[in-house]
Amino acid sequence: MSALLQVNANGLYCAVGAFYIDPWRPVPRAIVTHAHSDHAHWGCAAYLCSTPCQSVLRSRVGSDSNIEPRPYGESFDINGVRISLHPAGHILGSAQIRVESRGEVWVVSGDYKLEPDSTCTPFEPVRCHTFVTESTFGLPIYRWGAPSETAADMNAWWKSNQQSGKASVLFAYSLGKAQRVLAAIDPAIGPIFGHGAVEKLNRIYRETGIALPETHYAGSAPAATDWSRALILAPPSAHGSTWIRRFGTVSTAFASGWMRIRGTRRRRSIDRGFVVSDHADWPGLITAIDATGAECVLVTHGYRAPLVRWLCEHGRNAKALETRYDGERDEGTESETPEPDSPDPDPIPQVPA
Amino acid sequence: MRAFAQLFTALDETTKTNEKIAALTAYFASVPPADAAWAIHFLIGRRPKRLIETRKLVEWAVAEAEIPDWLFGESYQAVGDLAETISLLLPAPTTSSELPLHYWVEERLLPLKEWDDAKRRESLVTAWRAMNERQRFVWNKLITGGFRVGVSQSLVVRAMAAVSGVDAAVLAHRLMGDWMPSVEFYERILAKESADADVSRPYPFFLAYPIEGPIDALGDIHHWQAEWKWDGIRAQLIRRQWRTFLWSRGEELITERFPELEALGGLFPEGTAVDGEILPWKNGMPLPFAQMQRRIGRKVLGPKILADVPVSLLAYDLLEWGGEDVRERPLEWRRETLEQLVSATKSTGRIVLSEPVNTASWGDLTTLRREARARGVEGFMLKRKGSSYRVGRKRGDWWKWKIEPYSVDAVLIYAQPGNGRRASLFTDYTFGVWDGATLVPFAKAYSGLTDEEIRKVDAFIRRNTIEKFGPVRSVRPELVFELAFEGIQKSSRHRSGIAVRFPRMARWRTDKKPEDADTLETIRALIAGA
Ligand SMILES: [Zn+2]
Ligand SMILES: [Zn+2]
Repeated sequence: MSALLQVNANGLYCAVGAFYIDPWRPVPRAIVTHAHSDHAHWGCAAYLCSTPCQSVLRSRVGSDSNIEPRPYGESFDINGVRISLHPAGHILGSAQIRVESRGEVWVVSGDYKLEPDSTCTPFEPVRCHTFVTESTFGLPIYRWGAPSETAADMNAWWKSNQQSGKASVLFAYSLGKAQRVLAAIDPAIGPIFGHGAVEKLNRIYRETGIALPETHYAGSAPAATDWSRALILAPPSAHGSTWIRRFGTVSTAFASGWMRIRGTRRRRSIDRGFVVSDHADWPGLITAIDATGAECVLVTHGYRAPLVRWLCEHGRNAKALETRYDGERDEGTESETPEPDSPDPDPIPQVPA
Repeated sequence: MRAFAQLFTALDETTKTNEKIAALTAYFASVPPADAAWAIHFLIGRRPKRLIETRKLVEWAVAEAEIPDWLFGESYQAVGDLAETISLLLPAPTTSSELPLHYWVEERLLPLKEWDDAKRRESLVTAWRAMNERQRFVWNKLITGGFRVGVSQSLVVRAMAAVSGVDAAVLAHRLMGDWMPSVEFYERILAKESADADVSRPYPFFLAYPIEGPIDALGDIHHWQAEWKWDGIRAQLIRRQWRTFLWSRGEELITERFPELEALGGLFPEGTAVDGEILPWKNGMPLPFAQMQRRIGRKVLGPKILADVPVSLLAYDLLEWGGEDVRERPLEWRRETLEQLVSATKSTGRIVLSEPVNTASWGDLTTLRREARARGVEGFMLKRKGSSYRVGRKRGDWWKWKIEPYSVDAVLIYAQPGNGRRASLFTDYTFGVWDGATLVPFAKAYSGLTDEEIRKVDAFIRRNTIEKFGPVRSVRPELVFELAFEGIQKSSRHRSGIAVRFPRMARWRTDKKPEDADTLETIRALIAGA
């Protein structure tokens, strides 16, 4: 008797339904929790995702991809397996995938968070027998403060940079984090500019109906622009690159859950760290897992071992699940790959030989 | 505590000197003198010894955080810093406190030494409950004796000078020696006129920068006094009010460690201060520095070690004479007077003049410098004639001109995580060199790479781990680094049979393959040449 979902060389596979969830290789049929690159691999023959995820996913896996959108909460069948998508609160369109076969229910959460975020639909607990959870920040040292306080800190940093004549360069992952930061800060303080990679996603968010303050593409700003009043949003890969030079004297900051640890901030030689994450903190993970009522918990990403042990000590049947998901990496996939400074849609990814 | 924690945060979040001075100045201008005195004490690196056993501190923190021990261990592993781990794990504060720094230090920190465990625990837990994460972090650093922040003494002095209008060099001198932080102390150091009380107080050391650019850019060699640069313990020997004080550069009073020099000081005239280098010295010759390390390692100095490894003071300069501060007098005057002092006391065999090395040209001096290794010195010190003895590290009048370090190409074979801010990265490496077809561990090095390079090497290690032994990983031998080091000698304690001094990574040799690395044989040849 094999499990409803199993990890094989390509990803998390449902043999009964003949589909994958978040495969890490091109497969015939993929259900995708969200469009971050460690969950949405290019080159699959057919994709299925939540309706609000569709445009973002298309920008990531190629405009001529075969993508089938489904609204949150609607059930449908694939080869006799009952499936529905439920909000994960991680980024725009992020979904937990509920899979049911012969009365057995699994939920694959992808990445999720419980904090309020106006740029995506809030996390919704789904009852199940087996819950596949992330553990990117699966240690009790990771606890997020009130989003309003972090926003106030970012505003204060921006204003104080204006007073000392420095441009404010804030690094944030271009999909999800940048938009969440945008929605949180006070646009009355000054003009906001974006790196091309950020601007491209801002546009998709706006087209999907998410309200964001006005931003300008930094690359087409006139030469005489006074950057000292500006906030510039850029992907972490732009840190230390020549792209930054155009802004003159800058103060740099990084918005990431990892900024909770002093060493990670200092190592990156960043002036400020703001603790902002798209992932659940330790109390968030425990709350979400409890709310599913799951008998069995499978843990992916990050700090698998401590979370598994803690869950087992608290009477749950928990196991680590080996996947290739990265989560919000300190030295992450997104930051290592320089993103092109173009606000236009990317060319279709090349298939390597 | 709130203001001090904010100051810490401000200093911690910038690398820019003017921003640090601005933060310090704002702090000194706004806090009561009793707080400022303690802040100076901690900022310039003086700290109480560890007041509490780590084991107990962790036990109380774990209980307060209501987590199992193993989860504390996992958290510590991820953070890499005990004080920070505790501050991140404790529950949110239940109250807040406006009590000033001197209250926390005098009423809550220093008494920890005398209290029993129950009282200590209660005091710590109530302190934690009244502090936010930043305050707790600083507090935990203070009670574990690990407080450190990225400011030099000279930045602190500059900020104090800005607040008080007192000359920075005067302030620096007043901060030396033995003092207890108090209102009186703070008022005394900031006073326009000083009535100096501390009889033991040393002068700030004048430190040299390494020479930049070609040597002949210094101009006419006759304007310079060259001396060999020795590698021992830089120190000041002071005689005042019929007592002798020996200070290390780290501002530690080390008189008792060197009874020979204490006796020597007894022969100095009243009111004398000599700057020099302590060297293990026997039969008119320096001994290898390893001998000195043997001596330093001893808790009790028995007659045997004193006879085996006697020390001498290699006299560099004269700072006080007849009770007068003579640092502003020209080099020639100080030198002449120093020579008189040395010739009057050299029969003890415990003082040696650092002789000027006279050559006709920079070319001749360069030739002579090649003998440095054979003579057991690090190169030359160059001092401008007519110059005064200045405070701290200054460019222009004094330069050090060291010989090129040894260098060896070696292969990365083991790695382990660093400490503190480097704890989540593999930063501590062991390098191997070829002994036939195997790589034998040769040296460990931690420094010399940029943050960017460290990140790349870290990623390589994670992808190329062969085996894990606790925190240590053996790594596929692929990366080659050029290691630089200062000294080399035989050692029975090392598997390679060789010990090196101050090894560091000079360059990542991405152009080299492991088979291009050096062999034990070529390295042994370096010892022969040393
Ligand atoms: Zn994600
Ligand atoms: Zn993920």
